[in-house]
Formats: sequence, structure tokens, C-alpha cells
Amino acid sequence: MYEMTGKNRDNYNKNYIAYVNSFDPPTQHFKNCFRAFMVGGLICCIGQFLRIIFEEVFGLYGDELAGMVSVVLIFLGTLLTGFGVYDRIGRYAGAGSIVPITGFANSVASPAMEFKTEGLVYGMAAKMFIVAGPIIVYGVLAGTIVGMLYLFL
Amino acid sequence: MQTIFFKKQPRIVATGTIAGPKECAGVVGKCVDKALLDDMFEESTYEKAECKMLKYAVQQAIINANSTEEEVDMLISGDLLNQIISASFTARDFDFPFLGVYSACATLAESFALAATLIDGGYQRRIVAATGSHFSSAERQYRYPLELGNTRPPQAQWTVTGAGGAFIADMGTTNSNIAITSATFGRVVDFGITDVNNMGAAMAPAACDTILAHLKNTRQSAKAYDLILTGDLGALGSRILKDLTWEKGVDIANNHVDCGEIVYNVIEDEFQGGSGAGCSAVVFNSYIFDKLKRGELKRVLFVATGALLSTVSSGQGESIPGIAHAISIEVV
Repeated sequence: MYEMTGKNRDNYNKNYIAYVNSFDPPTQHFKNCFRAFMVGGLICCIGQFLRIIFEEVFGLYGDELAGMVSVVLIFLGTLLTGFGVYDRIGRYAGAGSIVPITGFANSVASPAMEFKTEGLVYGMAAKMFIVAGPIIVYGVLAGTIVGMLYLFL
Repeated sequence: MQTIFFKKQPRIVATGTIAGPKECAGVVGKCVDKALLDDMFEESTYEKAECKMLKYAVQQAIINANSTEEEVDMLISGDLLNQIISASFTARDFDFPFLGVYSACATLAESFALAATLIDGGYQRRIVAATGSHFSSAERQYRYPLELGNTRPPQAQWTVTGAGGAFIADMGTTNSNIAITSATFGRVVDFGITDVNNMGAAMAPAACDTILAHLKNTRQSAKAYDLILTGDLGALGSRILKDLTWEKGVDIANNHVDCGEIVYNVIEDEFQGGSGAGCSAVVFNSYIFDKLKRGELKRVLFVATGALLSTVSSGQGESIPGIAHAISIEVV
């Protein structure tokens, strides 16, 4: 009457996967892009605002200025992660809050919080880079390749 | 034998359930023994909270059955965490023997079937079968840290925070009229789904296989049941299950309900509904069991479904095998 298990199922499986995929709701590109643009843009505006403050009030310039802005943004991203707010922003904004440096701070701080229960060394410290690790590895790799090209071309 | 019949009709005497705040906002809220306001349950870690919930469910099932821990012959339990630590750590606090079982979210049905088998065979008289899960501990093991600002895909489900247990006993020891009359053990079915966010599609073929096998072996049509209750297929998985059974000439559209689909008032990120071992444990042992007790349901086919994957297997690109175990529960 019916046969649903067994070894020779490859052809049927393809049909089934196609059938399942037909249920995928269409991705709302415009809405996602709009949200990402607004939130990401807001984070960048905060960065620019900080830049102006540090330049005008504290008289920083060049690398010092850029470093200071990054430090404050990283602090804010981590702080909001600690308060449990950043994941809500991320759910709304998608790439808008993942791509800026605050998103990177979030990806380091969230596993650190999560795995603290397994101890400060093997838990928090060891697991801290499970999300950010690949970004660092391939970021350095890409940087090296581009640097090499720049050197020889 | 895929389907076995219990001639002595082991009885479900009572149940004990506990669920988190998000779950209690839904249909089970009025039926659970304890509705948690805080999903930490006064513990320091989510794993400890899950364990404490499971322990509460076991104790409450024993209390609701007007029995004592000394009378219980065995605990059959399992959960989703690696090496089923919640179940084992729960069993550590009790004096009776413990069987740890695992078939992901189908663990409750497997526990019920094994308990009924042992009682029907005359080897044990009183067994507690319980499972539970916790959103935060499952999320950490299978997905990402809680506070990570990522988005969830629309096929995703939400692991239920909760635990439920049932006190199953020999009919000579109780006057309960809710009996387990047969069980169909599921085969592992894999239709090649690799998307770990689409558990419903991975498990629906297994549910279909078990339901068809059960109906065939018991020579019944789907209409024989007031309710065919699946575990945690979610809204999408339920839709697929209806299509799959329809394709095989069985229509369950009118009497099929999915625990995962009904457990939440979907308002935030639950999308397709609930999942996890606690999903069917909470819904069946509270909401459905209450209906059985009141006589609103007479014959229920409970088909809990499980996705048998691990983070290692999905990382290596393996597809997700599904399993479903069915038990038929009748008011006699």
C-alpha cells in the first residue's frame, strides 16, 4: 500500500525537497533593506556624531580619533547586548545591526555571556569567539590577499 | 512487529505538567499544574532549570495520582540535551530505577510505549514517563547564543520551555478509565531535508509513515480517532503531513491537530509554532489529558515526532532523519 523508507529514494527526495521549497515565503527584500538601511544608518550617524564630539571637544585627530570612535561604539554594542536589547534590534534590523562594528561586539559578547556558566577559562574565554572567529580568520586572510596584490601590482 | 496491542490496557492515572511564561499565555496556561513566571525557575543555569522542571513534573504526576514515590517501580525519561543530562540528573534524586531514552522530540511517545509494554507484560506495576525541554538550553546547544542579534528564518520553530510526565499503572491498581491500547513504533524516515530550520518538513514523512502503518496494522480508517495528535510538526509540517497522507489515500484533515501549532499564540518569533521534547509533553499531559478526563475526547492517536540530528551531523551536511512513535489512547 505504501513505501516510505528504503534505499532507492533519491528521485522521490528531489521532488519532496522541491515541494517543501515551494512553501518558502518570498523574501521581503524592500522591507529588509529599508530596515537595515535605517538602523545601520542610525548607527553610522551615532559614529559620526561621536567623531565630531571627539574632534571638537577633545581635539583628537587621525588614528586616535578613529580608534576612540570604534572603542565607544564597541562599548555601546556590548552594553546593549548585556542589557538584552541588541538581539531585539538585530531581529528587527537584520544586516543593519550585524554589519557595523557594534554587531561584531555583539557576536563576541553574546557567547561570552552564554558560556559563562561553564567557567571563566573553558567556558567564557574559550567559547567567546565561536561566532566572531570565522570573521576574524577570513578577514585576516582576505586582508593578506589584498595586501599581497597591492604589493605586487 | 511494528504495532503491538496491550491486552491488559495499562492506564494513564494522572499527569504532572509545568510550563514557562510564553507557553502559559497559550491554550495550556489554564491546564498546567504550575505556570512559571520566570523561566530560570530560581536556578543559576538554564540546564538546572530544565532539570528542576522535569523533576517537578515527575513529582506532580505522582502526587496527582495519589501515589507515593515508594510505590513507583520505574522512571522512563529523556530530553534533548547531550547525553540526556536533564533526565539522568532528575533520576538521581529518586530511589526507583531509571530508563533513559532518546528519540528527540518523540521521546514522550517512546517512553509511554515502553512503559505500557512493561506494565502489560506484568513486569512493572507503576511507571512514570516524563520529558521536558527548555528554550534557552536547546538554543545554546543547537543554534546560537541567546543575545546574538541574528534573525530567525520563517520556517523556524520555538523550543517549548516546559516538562510533562504521566503516571502509568496497571489497571488493577487504579480506577482511571484512560487506557493505552496499542503502540506503533516508528521507522526512521529521511526524505533528504538538510535545512535545520525546517524541522517540520524533515519530520512530516516520519509522522506519515507511522500513521499509515498504525492504521494499516490496526485495520482502521483515520475516522476511527477523534483526534490524531502529532508532536511538534508546526504549522508548515502539519500542512505537509496532510498532503503526504492524502497522497497515500488517507484523509486526516478533519481530525489532525499538532501540539506545536496550537501551543503558542504566535506573536513574535515563534513562526511555525512550538517544538522540542517539552512541546508534546506539556500539551498532551495538560490540555489533551484534561479533555480525555472530561470525556470530550474518546479515542486519541498520539504521534510524537522527532528529528534525529545533531550539530555534528548537520555540520557535515547530513540530511535530517525523522522518527515518529504512535500510541493510541482510549477512554474505556
